[in-house]
Amino acid sequence: MAMATETPFHVLAVDDSLPDRKLIERLLKTSSFQVTTVDSGSKALEFLGIHGEDSSPPVPVHADQLEVAVNLIITDYCMPGMTGYDLLKKIKQESTSLRDIPVVIMSSENIPSRINRCLEEGADEFFLKPVRLSDMSKLKPHILKSRCKEHYHQEQHQQSDSNSNECSNPTNSSSSDKSISRKRKAEDNGEVLPQKNRSRRS
Amino acid sequence: MDYSNLRRQIFSMKKSLFDQGYLDEQFNQLEELQDDSSPNFVEEVVALFFKDSSRLLTNIEQALEKYPQDFYRLDSLVHQFKGSGSSIGALRMKNECSMFKAHCSDRNLEGCRRSLQKMKREHATLKQKLETYFQLLRQVGPRERAVNSWK
Repeated sequence: MAMATETPFHVLAVDDSLPDRKLIERLLKTSSFQVTTVDSGSKALEFLGIHGEDSSPPVPVHADQLEVAVNLIITDYCMPGMTGYDLLKKIKQESTSLRDIPVVIMSSENIPSRINRCLEEGADEFFLKPVRLSDMSKLKPHILKSRCKEHYHQEQHQQSDSNSNECSNPTNSSSSDKSISRKRKAEDNGEVLPQKNRSRRS
Repeated sequence: MDYSNLRRQIFSMKKSLFDQGYLDEQFNQLEELQDDSSPNFVEEVVALFFKDSSRLLTNIEQALEKYPQDFYRLDSLVHQFKGSGSSIGALRMKNECSMFKAHCSDRNLEGCRRSLQKMKREHATLKQKLETYFQLLRQVGPRERAVNSWK
Protein backbone atom coordinates (compact mmCIF):
# COMPACT_ATOMS: atom_id res chain seq x y z
CA MET A 1 0.00 0.00 0.00
CA ALA A 2 1.26 3.51 -0.74
CA MET A 3 0.83 4.46 2.94
CA ALA A 4 3.77 2.38 4.19
CA THR A 5 6.46 5.07 4.00
CA GLU A 6 4.32 8.03 5.10
CA THR A 7 4.74 9.74 8.43
CA PRO A 8 1.99 8.90 10.91
CA PHE A 9 -1.09 11.11 11.02
CA HIS A 10 -0.92 13.86 13.60
CA VAL A 11 -3.81 14.44 15.95
CA LEU A 12 -4.29 17.49 18.14
CA ALA A 13 -6.15 16.47 21.30
CA VAL A 14 -7.83 19.10 23.47
CA ASP A 15 -9.05 18.35 27.01
CA ASP A 16 -8.87 20.34 30.23
CA SER A 17 -8.74 17.19 32.40
CA LEU A 18 -5.24 15.88 33.00
CA PRO A 19 -6.14 12.17 33.40
CA ASP A 20 -8.34 12.38 30.30
CA ARG A 21 -5.50 13.96 28.32
CA LYS A 22 -3.23 11.13 29.30
CA LEU A 23 -5.85 8.60 28.31
CA ILE A 24 -6.61 10.11 24.89
CA GLU A 25 -2.90 10.45 24.22
CA ARG A 26 -2.37 6.79 24.98
CA LEU A 27 -5.36 5.73 22.90
CA LEU A 28 -4.07 7.71 19.95
CA LYS A 29 -0.45 6.58 20.25
CA THR A 30 -1.54 2.95 20.57
CA SER A 31 -3.42 3.49 17.31
CA SER A 32 -0.23 4.77 15.63
CA PHE A 33 -1.08 8.45 15.62
CA GLN A 34 1.37 11.17 16.44
CA VAL A 35 -0.19 13.26 19.22
CA THR A 36 -0.07 16.78 20.58
CA THR A 37 -2.22 17.48 23.64
CA VAL A 38 -3.32 20.89 24.87
CA ASP A 39 -5.48 21.77 27.84
CA SER A 40 -7.72 24.45 26.32
CA GLY A 41 -9.44 25.64 23.18
CA SER A 42 -7.37 28.81 23.12
CA LYS A 43 -4.13 26.81 23.23
CA ALA A 44 -5.48 24.68 20.39
CA LEU A 45 -6.14 27.79 18.29
CA GLU A 46 -2.67 29.05 19.13
CA PHE A 47 -1.16 25.76 18.01
CA LEU A 48 -3.11 25.96 14.77
CA GLY A 49 -1.95 29.53 14.23
CA ILE A 50 -5.49 30.91 14.47
CA HIS A 51 -5.53 34.15 16.37
CA GLY A 52 -8.17 35.35 18.79
CA GLU A 53 -10.71 38.06 18.05
CA ASP A 54 -8.63 40.73 19.71
CA SER A 55 -5.60 40.35 17.44
CA SER A 56 -5.95 39.97 13.72
CA PRO A 57 -3.31 37.83 12.01
CA PRO A 58 -1.14 39.49 9.37
CA VAL A 59 -1.74 36.58 6.98
CA PRO A 60 -4.25 33.72 7.25
CA VAL A 61 -2.52 30.44 8.13
CA HIS A 62 -3.02 27.53 5.79
CA ALA A 63 -3.05 23.97 7.02
CA ASP A 64 0.04 23.14 4.97
CA GLN A 65 1.94 26.07 6.45
CA LEU A 66 1.74 24.67 9.98
CA GLU A 67 5.15 23.54 11.15
CA VAL A 68 3.66 20.20 11.93
CA ALA A 69 0.55 19.43 9.91
CA VAL A 70 -2.52 18.58 11.96
CA ASN A 71 -4.61 15.88 10.35
CA LEU A 72 -7.42 15.71 12.90
CA ILE A 73 -8.58 17.57 15.99
CA ILE A 74 -10.28 15.74 18.83
CA THR A 75 -11.70 17.88 21.58
CA ASP A 76 -13.66 17.57 24.79
CA TYR A 77 -16.98 19.39 24.73
CA CYS A 78 -17.15 20.70 28.31
CA MET A 79 -14.17 22.94 28.96
CA PRO A 80 -13.98 26.18 30.92
CA GLY A 81 -13.76 29.35 28.82
CA MET A 82 -13.96 28.00 25.28
CA THR A 83 -16.04 24.86 24.91
CA GLY A 84 -15.30 22.23 22.30
CA TYR A 85 -18.26 23.56 20.37
CA ASP A 86 -16.82 27.10 20.42
CA LEU A 87 -13.51 25.70 19.19
CA LEU A 88 -15.27 23.78 16.43
CA LYS A 89 -17.06 26.95 15.29
CA LYS A 90 -13.85 28.96 15.23
CA ILE A 91 -12.11 26.33 13.13
CA LYS A 92 -15.00 26.05 10.69
CA GLN A 93 -15.12 29.84 10.33
CA GLU A 94 -11.57 29.87 8.99
CA SER A 95 -11.16 31.02 5.44
CA THR A 96 -8.21 28.70 4.92
CA SER A 97 -7.86 24.94 4.56
CA LEU A 98 -7.65 24.73 8.37
CA ARG A 99 -11.44 24.53 8.30
CA ASP A 100 -11.16 21.23 6.42
CA ILE A 101 -9.30 19.52 9.25
CA PRO A 102 -11.74 16.93 10.60
CA VAL A 103 -12.96 17.66 14.13
CA VAL A 104 -14.20 15.05 16.59
CA ILE A 105 -16.05 16.05 19.74
CA MET A 106 -15.93 13.99 22.96
CA SER A 107 -18.43 14.31 25.76
CA SER A 108 -19.34 12.37 28.88
CA GLU A 109 -22.98 13.36 28.36
CA ASN A 110 -25.27 11.76 25.81
CA ILE A 111 -27.42 14.75 24.89
CA PRO A 112 -28.93 14.37 21.40
CA SER A 113 -29.44 18.13 20.89
CA ARG A 114 -25.78 18.70 21.77
CA ILE A 115 -24.68 15.95 19.38
CA ASN A 116 -26.85 17.35 16.59
CA ARG A 117 -25.60 20.87 17.15
CA CYS A 118 -21.99 19.73 16.84
CA LEU A 119 -22.61 17.64 13.75
CA GLU A 120 -24.52 20.50 12.13
CA GLU A 121 -21.65 22.86 12.86
CA GLY A 122 -19.35 20.51 10.96
CA ALA A 123 -18.02 18.00 13.49
CA ASP A 124 -17.22 14.72 11.78
CA GLU A 125 -17.80 12.45 14.72
CA PHE A 126 -19.04 12.52 18.28
CA PHE A 127 -17.58 10.14 20.87
CA LEU A 128 -19.15 9.40 24.21
CA LYS A 129 -16.62 9.33 27.01
CA PRO A 130 -14.88 7.33 28.20
CA VAL A 131 -13.39 6.96 24.75
CA ARG A 132 -12.32 3.43 23.90
CA LEU A 133 -9.69 1.88 21.69
CA SER A 134 -12.39 0.72 19.29
CA ASP A 135 -13.36 4.38 18.71
CA MET A 136 -9.88 5.10 17.32
CA SER A 137 -10.55 3.11 14.17
CA LYS A 138 -13.20 5.69 13.23
CA LEU A 139 -10.63 8.47 12.93
CA LYS A 140 -8.57 7.47 9.93
CA PRO A 141 -11.48 7.41 7.43
CA HIS A 142 -12.19 11.07 8.27
CA ILE A 143 -8.53 12.00 7.76
CA LEU A 144 -8.34 10.17 4.45
CA LYS A 145 -11.59 11.71 3.28
CA SER A 146 -10.40 15.24 4.02
CA ARG A 147 -7.09 14.55 2.27
CA CYS A 148 -8.96 13.25 -0.76
CA LYS A 149 -10.97 16.45 -0.83
CA GLU A 150 -7.74 18.46 -0.56
CA HIS A 151 -6.15 16.52 -3.39
CA TYR A 152 -9.26 16.87 -5.49
CA HIS A 153 -9.34 20.63 -5.09
CA GLN A 154 -5.63 21.13 -5.58
CA GLU A 155 -4.79 18.57 -8.19
CA GLN A 156 -8.00 17.84 -9.99
CA HIS A 157 -6.33 16.94 -13.24
CA GLN A 158 -3.17 15.49 -11.79
CA GLN A 159 -4.52 12.82 -9.43
CA SER A 160 -2.33 9.76 -9.57
CA ASP A 161 -3.62 6.19 -9.43
CA SER A 162 -2.21 5.76 -5.92
CA ASN A 163 -4.28 8.73 -4.69
CA SER A 164 -7.50 7.36 -6.11
CA ASN A 165 -6.78 3.94 -4.59
CA GLU A 166 -6.23 5.63 -1.24
CA CYS A 167 -9.53 7.44 -1.58
CA SER A 168 -11.98 4.91 -2.93
CA ASN A 169 -12.33 2.53 0.00
CA PRO A 170 -12.33 5.00 2.90
CA THR A 171 -14.85 7.28 1.16
CA ASN A 172 -17.31 4.42 0.83
CA SER A 173 -16.92 3.17 4.38
CA SER A 174 -16.58 6.50 6.17
CA SER A 175 -19.89 8.00 5.04
CA SER A 176 -21.79 4.88 6.07
CA ASP A 177 -19.73 4.59 9.26
CA LYS A 178 -20.51 8.21 10.00
CA SER A 179 -24.22 7.83 9.50
CA ILE A 180 -24.24 4.62 11.52
CA SER A 181 -22.32 6.13 14.41
CA ARG A 182 -24.45 9.28 14.40
CA LYS A 183 -27.60 7.23 14.36
CA ARG A 184 -26.33 4.91 17.06
CA LYS A 185 -25.57 7.80 19.36
CA ALA A 186 -28.93 9.46 18.86
CA GLU A 187 -31.12 6.38 18.53
CA ASP A 188 -30.12 5.37 22.04
CA ASN A 189 -32.51 8.11 23.07
CA GLY A 190 -35.09 7.50 20.38
CA GLU A 191 -34.21 10.69 18.53
CA VAL A 192 -34.38 11.10 14.77
CA LEU A 193 -31.46 12.95 13.25
CA PRO A 194 -31.79 15.66 10.62
CA GLN A 195 -29.92 15.11 7.37
CA LYS A 196 -26.44 16.49 7.79
CA ASN A 197 -25.53 19.23 5.38
CA ARG A 198 -22.03 18.39 4.25
CA SER A 199 -21.34 21.50 2.20
CA ARG A 200 -18.72 23.77 3.71
CA ARG A 201 -19.06 27.51 3.87
CA SER A 202 -17.21 29.08 0.96
CA MET B 1 10.67 -17.15 40.21
CA ASP B 2 7.23 -18.60 40.78
CA TYR B 3 4.65 -15.90 40.48
CA SER B 4 1.62 -18.16 40.73
CA ASN B 5 0.72 -17.18 44.31
CA LEU B 6 1.23 -13.54 43.57
CA ARG B 7 -0.85 -13.79 40.42
CA ARG B 8 -3.61 -15.50 42.35
CA GLN B 9 -3.57 -12.68 44.88
CA ILE B 10 -3.61 -10.05 42.16
CA PHE B 11 -6.42 -11.82 40.33
CA SER B 12 -8.47 -12.21 43.47
CA MET B 13 -7.97 -8.57 44.50
CA LYS B 14 -8.97 -7.34 41.09
CA LYS B 15 -12.01 -9.61 41.01
CA SER B 16 -13.11 -8.29 44.38
CA LEU B 17 -12.69 -4.67 43.23
CA PHE B 18 -15.02 -5.45 40.34
CA ASP B 19 -17.47 -7.56 42.36
CA GLN B 20 -17.82 -4.87 45.00
CA GLY B 21 -18.42 -2.25 42.32
CA TYR B 22 -15.33 -0.16 42.92
CA LEU B 23 -14.22 -0.61 39.33
CA ASP B 24 -15.92 -1.20 36.03
CA GLU B 25 -15.03 -2.32 32.50
CA GLN B 26 -13.21 0.93 31.77
CA PHE B 27 -10.41 -0.20 34.10
CA ASN B 28 -9.91 -3.23 31.86
CA GLN B 29 -9.72 -0.88 28.90
CA LEU B 30 -6.88 0.95 30.66
CA GLU B 31 -5.02 -2.30 31.29
CA GLU B 32 -5.34 -3.19 27.61
CA LEU B 33 -3.54 0.03 26.75
CA GLN B 34 -0.57 -0.91 28.89
CA ASP B 35 2.32 -2.59 27.10
CA ASP B 36 6.11 -2.65 26.91
CA SER B 37 6.20 0.87 25.47
CA SER B 38 4.06 2.18 28.33
CA PRO B 39 4.53 -0.35 31.14
CA ASN B 40 3.18 1.83 33.96
CA PHE B 41 0.35 3.48 32.11
CA VAL B 42 -2.48 2.38 34.40
CA GLU B 43 -0.70 3.38 37.58
CA GLU B 44 0.27 6.72 36.01
CA VAL B 45 -3.19 7.65 34.82
CA VAL B 46 -4.72 6.55 38.13
CA ALA B 47 -2.16 8.70 39.99
CA LEU B 48 -3.13 11.67 37.81
CA PHE B 49 -6.77 11.03 38.62
CA PHE B 50 -6.15 11.03 42.37
CA LYS B 51 -4.05 14.18 42.19
CA ASP B 52 -6.67 15.95 40.09
CA SER B 53 -9.62 14.69 42.09
CA SER B 54 -8.10 15.64 45.46
CA ARG B 55 -7.91 19.18 44.20
CA LEU B 56 -11.52 19.01 42.96
CA LEU B 57 -12.75 17.64 46.29
CA THR B 58 -11.12 20.59 48.06
CA ASN B 59 -12.71 22.99 45.58
CA ILE B 60 -16.14 21.40 46.06
CA GLU B 61 -15.81 21.63 49.84
CA GLN B 62 -14.80 25.28 49.61
CA ALA B 63 -17.61 26.05 47.19
CA LEU B 64 -20.14 24.44 49.55
CA GLU B 65 -18.95 26.78 52.29
CA LYS B 66 -18.41 29.99 50.35
CA TYR B 67 -21.11 29.77 47.70
CA PRO B 68 -23.73 27.39 49.09
CA GLN B 69 -26.47 28.64 46.77
CA ASP B 70 -24.35 28.37 43.65
CA PHE B 71 -25.55 24.96 42.53
CA TYR B 72 -24.36 25.66 39.01
CA ARG B 73 -20.78 25.99 40.22
CA LEU B 74 -21.10 22.88 42.39
CA ASP B 75 -22.57 20.89 39.52
CA SER B 76 -19.79 22.00 37.23
CA LEU B 77 -17.09 20.94 39.70
CA VAL B 78 -18.67 17.55 40.29
CA HIS B 79 -19.11 17.11 36.55
CA GLN B 80 -15.35 17.29 36.13
CA PHE B 81 -14.84 14.84 38.96
CA LYS B 82 -17.38 12.46 37.53
CA GLY B 83 -15.81 12.64 34.07
CA SER B 84 -12.30 11.77 35.13
CA GLY B 85 -13.58 9.11 37.53
CA SER B 86 -15.43 7.49 34.72
CA SER B 87 -12.28 7.60 32.55
CA ILE B 88 -10.43 5.36 34.99
CA GLY B 89 -13.37 3.08 35.67
CA ALA B 90 -14.12 4.32 39.20
CA LEU B 91 -17.72 3.11 39.28
CA ARG B 92 -18.71 3.86 42.87
CA MET B 93 -17.19 7.35 42.61
CA LYS B 94 -19.05 7.97 39.38
CA ASN B 95 -22.35 6.89 40.96
CA GLU B 96 -21.84 9.06 44.02
CA CYS B 97 -21.12 12.02 41.72
CA SER B 98 -24.44 11.36 39.98
CA MET B 99 -26.14 11.51 43.38
CA PHE B 100 -24.42 14.81 44.11
CA LYS B 101 -25.54 16.20 40.77
CA ALA B 102 -29.12 15.11 41.50
CA HIS B 103 -28.97 17.03 44.80
CA CYS B 104 -27.72 20.07 42.87
CA SER B 105 -30.70 19.82 40.52
CA ASP B 106 -32.98 19.71 43.52
CA ARG B 107 -31.08 22.60 45.11
CA ASN B 108 -30.69 20.35 48.14
CA LEU B 109 -27.71 21.74 50.05
CA GLU B 110 -27.87 19.19 52.83
CA GLY B 111 -27.99 16.40 50.26
CA CYS B 112 -24.91 17.86 48.59
CA ARG B 113 -23.06 17.98 51.90
CA ARG B 114 -23.90 14.35 52.69
CA SER B 115 -22.93 13.32 49.20
CA LEU B 116 -19.59 15.08 49.45
CA GLN B 117 -18.78 13.14 52.62
CA LYS B 118 -19.56 9.91 50.80
CA MET B 119 -17.45 10.98 47.84
CA LYS B 120 -14.52 11.68 50.13
CA ARG B 121 -14.85 8.27 51.76
CA GLU B 122 -15.12 6.49 48.42
CA HIS B 123 -12.15 8.45 47.14
CA ALA B 124 -9.97 7.48 50.11
CA THR B 125 -11.06 3.83 49.98
CA LEU B 126 -10.45 3.48 46.26
CA LYS B 127 -7.07 5.16 46.56
CA GLN B 128 -5.99 2.76 49.28
CA LYS B 129 -7.24 -0.32 47.45
CA LEU B 130 -5.60 0.66 44.18
CA GLU B 131 -2.33 1.46 45.93
CA THR B 132 -2.35 -2.06 47.35
CA TYR B 133 -3.21 -3.47 43.93
CA PHE B 134 -0.36 -1.63 42.23
CA GLN B 135 2.04 -2.65 44.98
CA LEU B 136 1.20 -6.27 44.26
CA LEU B 137 1.68 -5.68 40.55
CA ARG B 138 5.06 -4.10 41.13
CA GLN B 139 6.24 -7.29 42.78
CA VAL B 140 5.92 -9.03 39.46
CA GLY B 141 8.09 -7.81 36.61
CA PRO B 142 6.83 -5.52 33.85
CA ARG B 143 6.69 -8.46 31.48
CA GLU B 144 4.31 -10.29 33.81
CA ARG B 145 2.27 -7.14 34.34
CA ALA B 146 1.80 -6.58 30.63
CA VAL B 147 0.25 -10.01 30.26
CA ASN B 148 -3.51 -9.90 30.36
CA SER B 149 -3.88 -13.45 31.48
CA TRP B 150 -5.38 -12.56 34.82
CA LYS B 151 -8.30 -10.64 33.38
